[in-house]
Amino acid sequence: MALSYLRSSSSRSVNLLKPLSSSLPLRRPISTDTTPITVETSVPFTSHQCDAPSRSVETNPKELLTFFRDMALMRRMEIAADSLYKAKLIRGFCHLYDGQEAVAVGMEAAVTKKDCIITAYRDHCTFIGRGGTLLEVFAELMGRQAGCSKGKGGSMHFYKKDSNFYGGHGIVGAQVPLGCGLAFAQKYSKDETVTFALYGDGAANQGQLFEALNISALWDLPAILVCENNHYGMGTAEWRAAKSPAYYKRGDYVPGLKVDGMDALAVKQACKFAKEHALKNGPIILEMDTYRYHGHSMSDPGSTYRTRDEISGVRQERDPIERIRKLILSHDLATEKELKDIEKEVRKEVDDTITQAKESPMPEPSELFTNVYAKGLGVESFGADRKEVRATLP
Amino acid sequence: MLGVVRQKMLGQSLPKIRPVVSVLRSYSSAAKQMTVRDSLNSALDEEMSADPKVFLMGEEVGEYQGAYKISKGLLEKYGPERVRDTPITEAGFAGIGVGAAYYGLKPVVEFMTFNFSMQAIDHIINSAAKSNYMSAGQMSVPIVFRGPNGAAAGVGAQHSQCYAAWYASCPGLKVLTPYSSEDARGLLKAAIRDPDPVVFLENELLYGESFPVSDEVLDSSFCLPIGKAKIERVGRDVTITAFSRMVGHALKAAEILEKDGIDAEVINLRSIRPLDRSTINASVRKTNRLVTVEEGFPQHGVGAEICASVVEESFAYLDAPVERIAGADIPMPYAANLERLAVPQVEDIVRAAKRACYRSVPLAAAA
Repeated sequence: MALSYLRSSSSRSVNLLKPLSSSLPLRRPISTDTTPITVETSVPFTSHQCDAPSRSVETNPKELLTFFRDMALMRRMEIAADSLYKAKLIRGFCHLYDGQEAVAVGMEAAVTKKDCIITAYRDHCTFIGRGGTLLEVFAELMGRQAGCSKGKGGSMHFYKKDSNFYGGHGIVGAQVPLGCGLAFAQKYSKDETVTFALYGDGAANQGQLFEALNISALWDLPAILVCENNHYGMGTAEWRAAKSPAYYKRGDYVPGLKVDGMDALAVKQACKFAKEHALKNGPIILEMDTYRYHGHSMSDPGSTYRTRDEISGVRQERDPIERIRKLILSHDLATEKELKDIEKEVRKEVDDTITQAKESPMPEPSELFTNVYAKGLGVESFGADRKEVRATLP
Repeated sequence: MLGVVRQKMLGQSLPKIRPVVSVLRSYSSAAKQMTVRDSLNSALDEEMSADPKVFLMGEEVGEYQGAYKISKGLLEKYGPERVRDTPITEAGFAGIGVGAAYYGLKPVVEFMTFNFSMQAIDHIINSAAKSNYMSAGQMSVPIVFRGPNGAAAGVGAQHSQCYAAWYASCPGLKVLTPYSSEDARGLLKAAIRDPDPVVFLENELLYGESFPVSDEVLDSSFCLPIGKAKIERVGRDVTITAFSRMVGHALKAAEILEKDGIDAEVINLRSIRPLDRSTINASVRKTNRLVTVEEGFPQHGVGAEICASVVEESFAYLDAPVERIAGADIPMPYAANLERLAVPQVEDIVRAAKRACYRSVPLAAAA
């Protein structure tokens, strides 16, 4: 899978059929080698009410290099967002995903853009994985017209319907029933596709999750609930919030799989397995054991409830990008310098996009009243002073 | 109590004197300054100290010291039995809180913002508000639901709604909206002591603001009456009602209006339910003009109820139509310029007050 960073920023559609090598002006050669390589996942899968898939994953040089570049891009993007937030160019809430990139890229490697993904507010990288552009991300974060939601949504409300990314949700847990609803519609329409509904360990205790899971199991919906367990719900460690933090088992009668979420290949294998399962047997839970380097949001230092040693320990031992780097180097697929060059290039791309995003204007005041309804019926809407600012909803 | 008495004296016998707050500011007496955050914290502390049945429950209220640091230090002081960190499960813990209140405890349930209270609204309305009535007085529910309400800065559509009108329409609930530090202390203490369910709507942007507080306010027995508005600024020409953060906007608007020869009376509602209709109507009967200000959506809002009340009780006294300033009738946009247009600004209040102060007869018709 290729990210649309190679495409022009104005193009929003993702062409699923064009092979990577022939599609676009390539700035540097990326391996098109699809010779299969078999890699073992870091740890075997642990399963609940099902047989675990094999820990031998088939991949190839092209995929590994794509993983590397995509994750490096996501990492750089999130770090740049941190700086923009501190410079007050991003306002409100900003929840960063650095550390969790393997979940986004591994999942995309296992599915198509016809499968649906829905997540909560830590959605920047998931959006990129679905084919969103860097410009749409940074412009949206800065509240500009070129943003994916035209500047009206903000960090927590990225969407990309044409590649079946359904957001971007601010209320903890709400996205899970919504995801089951997507799965319902997929089954109803006989599309043979699945939905991945992502949520965190903090959301895993929400009642609405169990209500939706129960219905999904009763109706055999192709819903895959993916718990991105980064072990902290804001400032609360999982053991303080959940009587049972074995989230992959919490489905009880619904099977589950525990996955090393820092291993992109394990994620890919698990998602592939889950898709096959869900299409035949209904819902399944995937627990991704992952970690966020940043605090819950930019307002949270992330160090009052966990030690700096823990954070740096994970970075040393389990960083998803480092894992792929080691794999690439050990299989001689690229040199250290080539990988560093990719990182430099990615950094430049992010910087250039930020410059471009800053030039995008703020939304026109008339945008205040657009998209309230899909069909406005000609009713009036009002500004703060209803006699001064009023508009007819289109 | 004393704070209220003092205000009444000023309001009635000496109408030209500016209200207590600005007197203290201009004469820089030894009045202490206190942030709203510290006011809420001290009120919680004192009420927990006075009554062992009071306990605090919510997300990050304990070890994290409070998402907005309102409950800072309380876990250390009162221990994990009385300061409870909950999972992110509003429906669950709000229901648990109401159940505890049924049994006679006095829970203070914190919502990290009132947007999340929608997950728990069934318990607030059906389990808490209506119980005393349905049980003919057996099941009083001495619970307080508190947390930040309304818009913050750039937090988008799902995190910016004002819930004052929704909760205030429900009989059985009391709904309070503090503005100043004095309000925060007095009203939170009153809410915790009250035997009925109270929805206590704070405002994130006010937490860091400082206000002068007198010794009376700092006393641990200080309490404000529920259901009484405060006249923050006495005036003659137009009544401006507001609550929470908008009181600050209304006061600034009044200063601007004064330069144009318009003497505005600013009422800090403090209580949305019960609504202090008598103070509002008395003011309108004096000024003959009304501007209502609120952050929330205009339709079926607090201003609509105030307007109806005035039209019903003081129709003959109105010299101009009632003006409503409210949040824009749209989901809250994220972009800074759009957000600014979606939330009432001081100039909106000034403009509406000026409209209320002139007859809307065009010059041609008057000629």
